[in-house]
Amino acid sequence: MSSQAKARSEGGGAPSAEIPALAYERALLERIRHGERDLFAELIRPYERRVYITALAILQNEADAQEVAQEAILKAFAHLNQFRGDSRFSTWLTRVTINEARMRRRKQHGEIMKPFNELESEDDEGQFIPQDFADWREIPSEELERKEVRDLLRKALASIADKYREVFVLRDIQHLSIEETAEAIGITPGTVKTRLLRARLMLRDILAPGLGGIWTRPLAFEKGTKPWT
Amino acid sequence: MDLKCEQVWLLISDYVDGELLAPVRADMDRHLATCTRCTAVLAGTKNLVQLYGDERMFSVPLDFSPALHRRLSQQTRPERGAAFTWALSLAGAGLATAAMLLFSLPRFTPPTMRAPMSQPALRAPIANLVVVSDDGKTFHVPGCTYIHGKSRMIPVEEAMKEGFNPCIRCEAELIHRTETNQPLSITRTPPSTRTPLPANSDFGD
Repeated sequence: MSSQAKARSEGGGAPSAEIPALAYERALLERIRHGERDLFAELIRPYERRVYITALAILQNEADAQEVAQEAILKAFAHLNQFRGDSRFSTWLTRVTINEARMRRRKQHGEIMKPFNELESEDDEGQFIPQDFADWREIPSEELERKEVRDLLRKALASIADKYREVFVLRDIQHLSIEETAEAIGITPGTVKTRLLRARLMLRDILAPGLGGIWTRPLAFEKGTKPWT
Repeated sequence: MDLKCEQVWLLISDYVDGELLAPVRADMDRHLATCTRCTAVLAGTKNLVQLYGDERMFSVPLDFSPALHRRLSQQTRPERGAAFTWALSLAGAGLATAAMLLFSLPRFTPPTMRAPMSQPALRAPIANLVVVSDDGKTFHVPGCTYIHGKSRMIPVEEAMKEGFNPCIRCEAELIHRTETNQPLSITRTPPSTRTPLPANSDFGD
């Protein structure tokens, strides 16, 4: 994890270092509980992006994600007295968002639309064998400027089962720690690790053939350079 | 320790996250140096983590935050104090009660006065003339011994309108005589010679 990502993970996007940010957050919570209700907007401001993207990752629809993200934040405000401070506020807010998005998804699709790979096997323990692609051509981050690349990556993410996608989104997109991810979803850290490994390997298998033809074009890096060296 | 490919795949995620202990990491590095397949798996995994973790991958719609804060400001408006709520409730309840009383209760009727002095002369024939004194409060049958001061004769109805009450001493006689068609006496009639009053008379002594 990069230092920037680690800082985001620790500070939750708050403007300063971890401890002052947490202390400030706790002070805000106290003031809100004592009647300064308008401060709730300031409390959730650093987490707006996280809430929206979590909802988007589960629902795969921008309009639904916007609506559910708003509902989740309003619900968090209405039930703020239920937050006892055992976990970080951001983790609790993420859990509220996940629950809200899951409820919406159930209402919309039920179990009929469950992805095939989720129906096939609920077992996280079985070994996943990556497909034998001899090489991986690195996709440079500059390629993300292209909408078609972003769309392909999003489609790949949408194609994996919900339980793997949720873990992947919280861990690799939101940069939550293993423990925070486990708490937000309501599973053990061990299960988070297993699902994360599966999610990463599945995405790699989906994208390895070449991002819908992107590998046929010249890429902006020198051939033969290994990204991990 | 030599690792097999299957063992390496299980550790790839922890390797990418830097969570492996140094000896295990060293074993992995040795395996990766010779295995092209596992090298490709690791390269892809690292690349994907980097790409999906980039902020450009997912953007929040521009109108999300303003719309959220609009809704939030409606929800987080300061609550009014409990005292205000109570006062408002009480005022509402008071108004409702007043309205109910105004429209549902029967019209106020004064209680019937039972003392003979306070009874209006309802049974007195209203056309008959009676005697009133300007300084008195009662009207009398002509000839009543209780007429004092400057007197005048007016109909019973008019005397009642002017606020005179019947004289309890002569009114019973007036009614009785009217009912029995006896002429009203102008002169005083001694009590001993009067016609006896009916047994159920309200004005009986």
